[in-house]
Amino acid sequence: MSSIFDKFAPLQEQHASLTALGRSPADIEFQEIISPTEATLNGKRTILMGTNNYLGLTFDAEAVDAAIESLRTEGTGTTGSRIANGSYDGHKELEKELAEFYGMRSAILFSTGYQANLGAIAALAGRDDYLLIDADSHASIYDACRLSDAQVIRFRHNDPQNLARKLERLEGTSGSKLIVVESIYSMLGDMAPLKEFIEIKKKYGAYLLIDEAHSLGVMGAQGRGLCEQTGLEDDVDFITGTFSKSIGTVGGFLVSNLPGLDIVRFVSRPYMFTASPPPSVVASARKTLSRIAGATDLRKKLWDNAAQLYNGLKAAGFELGPTLSPIVAIRLSDPEKAIALWNGLLDAGIYTNLALPPATPFGWYLLRSSISAAHTPEQIALAVDVCTRIGKELGLITLSNSKKAEAEDMQVNGAKTLNGASEKRPFSTSESESAAPTRAGAPVARA
Amino acid sequence: MNGAEAVMLEIQTHLRARAGESAIIGPDTNITRDLGLDSLAIMDFIFDLEDSFDISIPMERIAEVQTLADLAKAIEVLQKEAA
Ligand SMILES: Cc1ncc(COP(=O)(O)O)c(C=O)c1O
Repeated sequence: MSSIFDKFAPLQEQHASLTALGRSPADIEFQEIISPTEATLNGKRTILMGTNNYLGLTFDAEAVDAAIESLRTEGTGTTGSRIANGSYDGHKELEKELAEFYGMRSAILFSTGYQANLGAIAALAGRDDYLLIDADSHASIYDACRLSDAQVIRFRHNDPQNLARKLERLEGTSGSKLIVVESIYSMLGDMAPLKEFIEIKKKYGAYLLIDEAHSLGVMGAQGRGLCEQTGLEDDVDFITGTFSKSIGTVGGFLVSNLPGLDIVRFVSRPYMFTASPPPSVVASARKTLSRIAGATDLRKKLWDNAAQLYNGLKAAGFELGPTLSPIVAIRLSDPEKAIALWNGLLDAGIYTNLALPPATPFGWYLLRSSISAAHTPEQIALAVDVCTRIGKELGLITLSNSKKAEAEDMQVNGAKTLNGASEKRPFSTSESESAAPTRAGAPVARA
Repeated sequence: MNGAEAVMLEIQTHLRARAGESAIIGPDTNITRDLGLDSLAIMDFIFDLEDSFDISIPMERIAEVQTLADLAKAIEVLQKEAA
């Protein structure tokens, strides 16, 4: 007899073949969380290098205390949405603090970053409007497009010319045009060419929304992200973000300087039809958000750590993403070797993310790591050493590789200065400009 | 050669470049099922077509497409809308 699960047979097979080769990423289980950078995995003490815990603040004493205090005084949950059950003080305060942090008129809180994108994008772009999204957008942006009644047009990843051509074709149409990009792309750590996108949005009278999920707390002198770092905050219409990375808890938001933003609360289904964030989560988010602007030392540490890993792996001869960022991804084309490297690292006590096609650009197998300010130079040096050893054993890197990498390094290493106060020019490889990956894998013919 | 034939020929040229010269490609070919192309390859193929025909193909139009004939039809409609 056929089963409702039959259609997932290929997926089951992939999962089974991963398990046969060692472990499946879906089966990773941590027993004890020792610190922001260490946990036990099957009883083994393991360095965490794939948790998006950029500033290492998940155990911040003040944030923990604030959450405990709130649990005692306000309880474990709100048990409903703000539209149906009302807001708590903390929700309102956090929104005020977010707006102040960004220097924008208003902020709206969502229960997760995924819901912030879903709720913001689907509400802002309605029937007769146009959504123009980067082909490499996060799944939450793709899903927002499915929830929206707008026409959705994709442009090639980080390709301003392709976007411009698409806006040009829409000239004369009456609907609003909303462009959606991300600051740092979560798979390869490459960044949007924001200045070019803004020139285009101005030329064609479009709106721009940027998802700063991976750059909040990470980029900009005050930690406001790519827009701050590039000095372009006044030209961006909407920013979405999450508390699940540098803020170390859960929740999402939309901020904007445009008058009238609050109407989104009445039309956004992912805002209206889900429970509001629990008070303890709000309390720790507020505490940590209040530290972000002043967390200059943590940011410096984060970027130093990222440079140590990026430059270390590059010198060893690995092929990485195009830009130095706290997301460091090793690009591999051989699935078995990618899986072996990921397992080998786990055996050596180092946890990273294994990302597989079609969730990755260009069908690459990615060994993705995200660096934290809380990592020590010793932990990173160990990760580079273990990667290099296993990479050699697997024939992933050779001497000529590392020589080539060194030579390239001499030519392009402006990367080190990326977090400097001076203007940062995000760039992408010619490869990523000429092709168009998607992590969300939005297929042709969804049927 | 009429407009519809020209569109089909252009589609086939782009598709062969991705699926291989030996791929059997006709009006009834199912784009996702018959050619062994993954969603990334298909997206790139769509970008090729957009450049080639100088049109944008919205995602909801692509969602309705199954066969090459469907795709050719969708492109013709978009060309008319753009004209
Ligand atoms: C770019 C991007 N946007 C949004 C999200 C969703 O954030 P959250 O984990 O808060 O749902 C993520 C993380 O998964 C992300 O990488």
